[in-house]
Amino acid sequence: MIKVVDLYKSFGTLEVLRGVSNEIHKGEVVCVIGPSGSGKSTFLRCLNLLEEPTSGEVFIDGVSLTEHGKDINKLRQKVGMVFQQFNLFPHMNVMENITLAPVKLKGMSKEEASEKAVMLLRKVGLPDKDYEYPNKLSGGQKQRVAIARALAMDPEIMLFDEPTSALDPEMVGEVLSAMKQLVVEGMTMVVVTHEMGFAREVGDRILFMDEGIIAEENSPEELFNNPKNERTRSFLSKVL
Amino acid sequence: MIMKIIGKLSDEIFFNLIRENRYLHFVKGLGISIQLTFYAALIGGAIGLLIALARLTNNKVLSYFASKYVDIIRGTPVVVQLLIIYFAVFASVNMHRVAVASIAFGINSGAYVAELIRAGIQAVDKGQMEAARSLGLSYSQSMYHIIIPQAIKNILPGMGNEVISLWKETAIAGFIGLEDLMRGAEIVRGRTFSNYTPYLVIALIYFYITVMMTAALGKMERGMRKSD
Repeated sequence: MIKVVDLYKSFGTLEVLRGVSNEIHKGEVVCVIGPSGSGKSTFLRCLNLLEEPTSGEVFIDGVSLTEHGKDINKLRQKVGMVFQQFNLFPHMNVMENITLAPVKLKGMSKEEASEKAVMLLRKVGLPDKDYEYPNKLSGGQKQRVAIARALAMDPEIMLFDEPTSALDPEMVGEVLSAMKQLVVEGMTMVVVTHEMGFAREVGDRILFMDEGIIAEENSPEELFNNPKNERTRSFLSKVL
Repeated sequence: MIMKIIGKLSDEIFFNLIRENRYLHFVKGLGISIQLTFYAALIGGAIGLLIALARLTNNKVLSYFASKYVDIIRGTPVVVQLLIIYFAVFASVNMHRVAVASIAFGINSGAYVAELIRAGIQAVDKGQMEAARSLGLSYSQSMYHIIIPQAIKNILPGMGNEVISLWKETAIAGFIGLEDLMRGAEIVRGRTFSNYTPYLVIALIYFYITVMMTAALGKMERGMRKSD
């Protein structure tokens, strides 16, 4: 579904990605772990071209993202994204946050989009917050609205960029359980995370990134219990 | 003592305002000053928006010229700009002085407005544009629905201050022979030889209009904050 070929990305003289290749299949949940500055977030942001790769290619359903003249806005509709800092639109209420894109881009009527939003809010466990503004919500609630907003476009794949890192500890659980719900429904997901327990539980595959490359890749059982790479071992010994 | 002061005061009022209908100079001047401020604010707003957008584009040439515009306008006195525009740029064109002065003040104000708008747009969190784009909205849709509405809240207070400064800056319109409020006071003073009364009168008028503008601005800001 997403194929990444030999991705390089530099910011000035700083090389953040140094040749990353991988393939993410339909229905798969891939968790990306690794130390800060290892290029995890940059890798994820290249998947919907929020970051333009210096070289290399990204294919979504066989269509190259990086080729010039491609309608990037159309392709992005297939890829939902959830950010560490939520990035809800503060001047719109929850309902408007969720319905804006489907109404503007999918030609949905306001009523259809609202019905769908109500359904999505119920799914993420926020049935009674339709008309609140984001600044009235807790961090965990904001992140769940952000998930609902991304889902409203019916994406084929969801990208999560450290979705629980900006949350107070007691709110991490509610966001993770909303994400688990998606896993159960068979959503294709790429999750950059520091929640090793979550990665181990729901990941079909774990990518360990370090210094701009995928240093090790394996099933959760193998990677967590039996890491092959020296750097993976030293990283896991610090975080587990 | 008190009677003397009251007597002097009523003399001053009589000579500077009532005799020969001299108050008409102030009324007429007020009209000109308000017109100048109004048109200059419109022109300045339009120029400011264009310059701000030019500065924010990736087009190097456009953004270079936009930033030079701001530098030059902010680096020279507005009265010098007014005189250059009147005597050099529009010298051979027979245009109404109010129009010339409005354009001059508008060109000046535009540089300041451009900086306000640019700063207001840049102050919106980068994540907002990213979130909008990640949903599939185009750059211009994201600007229109997400960035600009948030930027307006940042820009509005500064914009109000800009109009208030503009209102007071128009007091130099007399340099090109316009009979604005300031010039009105000088005409009256030339007739009555009062030391300062005409100036006190216009100071009060300038001040009162500023107070009204400040109040209107406060009301608008409170209105915007409601959606927070």
